[in-house]
Amino acid sequence: MAKNNDAREAVGEYKAGWHDPENSTIRFDFGLSEEVVREISNLKNEPEWMTEIRVRAFKHFLRRPMPTWGNMSMLEEIDFDNICYFLRSSDSTKNNWDDVPDDIRNTFERLGIPEAEQKWLSGVTAQYESETVYHSIREDLEKQGVIFLDMDSGLREHPEMVKKWFCSVVPFADNKFSALNTAVWSGGSFIYVPEGVHVEMPVQAYFRINAKNMGQFERTLIIADKGSRIHYVEGCTAPSYSTDSLHSAVVELIALPGSHIRYSTIQNWSSNVFNLVTKRGIAHEKSKIEWVDGNIGSKLTMKYPSVILKGEGSHAEVISVAYSGEGQHQDAGAKIHHLASNTTSKILSKSISKNGGRSSYRGMVTVSPKADNCKLNVICDALILDEVSRSDTYPTMEVANSTARCEHEASVSKVSDEQLFYLMSRGHSENESLAMIVNGFFEPFTRELPMEYAVELNQLMALEMEGSIG
Amino acid sequence: MSEKMPLLEINDLHAGIDGNEILKGINLIIGPGEIHAIMGRNGSGKTTTANVIMGHPDFDVEKGDVILEGESLLEMEAWERARKGVFLSFQYPQAVPGLQVGNFLRKSVASIRGEDEAKSSNFREKLANAMESLDIPRSFMARYVNDGFSGGEKKRFEILQMILLRPRLAILDETDSGLDIDGIRTVSEGVNAAIRDTDSGALIITHYSRILEHVQPDRVHVLLDGRIVLSGGPELATKLEERGYEWLKEE
Ligand SMILES: Nc1ncnc2c1ncn2[C@@H]1O[C@H](COP(=O)(O)OP(=O)(O)OP(=O)(O)O)[C@@H](O)[C@H]1O
Ligand SMILES: [Mg+2]
Repeated sequence: MAKNNDAREAVGEYKAGWHDPENSTIRFDFGLSEEVVREISNLKNEPEWMTEIRVRAFKHFLRRPMPTWGNMSMLEEIDFDNICYFLRSSDSTKNNWDDVPDDIRNTFERLGIPEAEQKWLSGVTAQYESETVYHSIREDLEKQGVIFLDMDSGLREHPEMVKKWFCSVVPFADNKFSALNTAVWSGGSFIYVPEGVHVEMPVQAYFRINAKNMGQFERTLIIADKGSRIHYVEGCTAPSYSTDSLHSAVVELIALPGSHIRYSTIQNWSSNVFNLVTKRGIAHEKSKIEWVDGNIGSKLTMKYPSVILKGEGSHAEVISVAYSGEGQHQDAGAKIHHLASNTTSKILSKSISKNGGRSSYRGMVTVSPKADNCKLNVICDALILDEVSRSDTYPTMEVANSTARCEHEASVSKVSDEQLFYLMSRGHSENESLAMIVNGFFEPFTRELPMEYAVELNQLMALEMEGSIG
Repeated sequence: MSEKMPLLEINDLHAGIDGNEILKGINLIIGPGEIHAIMGRNGSGKTTTANVIMGHPDFDVEKGDVILEGESLLEMEAWERARKGVFLSFQYPQAVPGLQVGNFLRKSVASIRGEDEAKSSNFREKLANAMESLDIPRSFMARYVNDGFSGGEKKRFEILQMILLRPRLAILDETDSGLDIDGIRTVSEGVNAAIRDTDSGALIITHYSRILEHVQPDRVHVLLDGRIVLSGGPELATKLEERGYEWLKEE
């Protein structure tokens, strides 16, 4: 792996691989214990109940075996004793970029965050290592009662709301990594959109890991009250190191009746990051939850954004793309449970494997016996760019109600020489032609992204296609 | 033949795939402003000739040369040849799902004619006019390249690209097959406008004399089993359409 990362950096494929000198104000020793868990809670002056949940979750984490599916041999490589579980790099969260420490501000500037904020966002939080270093929201939204905070501040300022919803969608015992996250969580976003409020421009969270062997465990909770709308966008990158880091987040969405939550992710971790994330939403009557999930980076990603369609007439959509290059495994997919009648869902999964990379689609859609007239649509397409790469699909449908209408399509394709020749005959080099085909393949996904993100993703893929032929 | 340097010169071209020889010594000279036609039965090597001129990577050239305006093309990749002015209207244009027509045309013009031309307001006007003359609806700009196009729409789209890219050498591989009568006339007008009274040239591969009635080729060549066995004026096309290819074997 080390060699691979160095090579990647040398050819400049991964553009976000630089790192800042580490100027931490608090840095925990490597390793995890109940003491570490209590100390994190203590540092943050948390209420008793949160400390208790953390400790219980930690105990569950210890007992819980590793998943017995997915890429088990890669999972075995995670060295939980060689990870830093908490690192504070700025004494507090600032709401003015000028007050953010220079190195950190520079990093976010290189990533284009302050610029994007001015142009097209309603609010931004920027997390660096364990905590949020910058945060702001447009004043008019604040006046309308929209709450957009980092999760630590959310807990401090709205403890009753957090207590009500925290772990209500993803119980800590859901899986080993949700238990770990609950035990050591830090940072992430807390959002509440009041009844009827439409947040027109997206809010963005950006997550940056800087230190080596870092563990980042953000926790996000979004509550959209009746008839409200919100689009949340997140991005993430890390330096390329020869040793592994761990990113393990938990995201909980609550879409109250008639609301609409869209959650878009462009995950571009460096290829030394394990990305093991639990994302789930509960959709009440006539509400809509959409996950738009792009996985480009990381070493191993295991992530299956899910929606529980609890209220009648609710709708779920999971649109995802995965790109797996050398040494990477994207094990991604979706989970949707139709618990109520007249609920609809759509899963569109697109993956590309190259240079020995591996992409897996793992999906589960269930319809409960009481849920009548549900509609399910699942499409997964894989594109394999060479002989050494791999793609697998593991689709599961459990339909216990005969009125359900299910559609499922899957395809695996290769880039044909004739297609490449056609584009090359129009003056495009082989790599440009390949990037055109690949971006076209991802188009149903990119068109769902804000324009700026779509452009960035296309450029990212063009870079990944460089040097892939020949 | 004019005294000027030929536009295209093919000398004793032998080419094949995986050791099988398909082209067995092709000789052809196209002068500036000339339109030539190639006819020949199925499998005689017409598309292979077009592919080898364009630079399809699957074919190996064992012998001979392909020279555009004094410069050998053989060492160049397809995209370099395109930038030198070679254009191929494909017999089977390829679909690229997700790649929008408008975007593709802009990128192709940028890479072959230069960024400035692709950005100019002139380009948009030209595009609009060409689309109108070819009967391609505006809505095609947002569709994906050749994806779900009808046979005739694909051929019209090839010619649209030819008009925008303004090649030195345009090769049309059975562009008339699958086109309706109006389509054939429009395409012929496009070819005449692009080649006649210019320094450019065209090579039209076809099975039918109808398109040749419109463009009046300077020469018609008959390809048989990888060789040009007969060349003549436009009247040869009519003769072939009437009598087929059997009689050639005896001669
Ligand atoms: N990629 C390939 N692999 C193997 N054989 C090929 C390939 N391309 C062409 N050939 C063979 O070369 C010969 C000439 O094919 P070509 O496509 O050039 O014919 P053509 O004259 O264009 O025919 P048509 O009128 O049917 O289009 C045929 O026998 C064909 O099977
Ligand atoms: Mg042919």
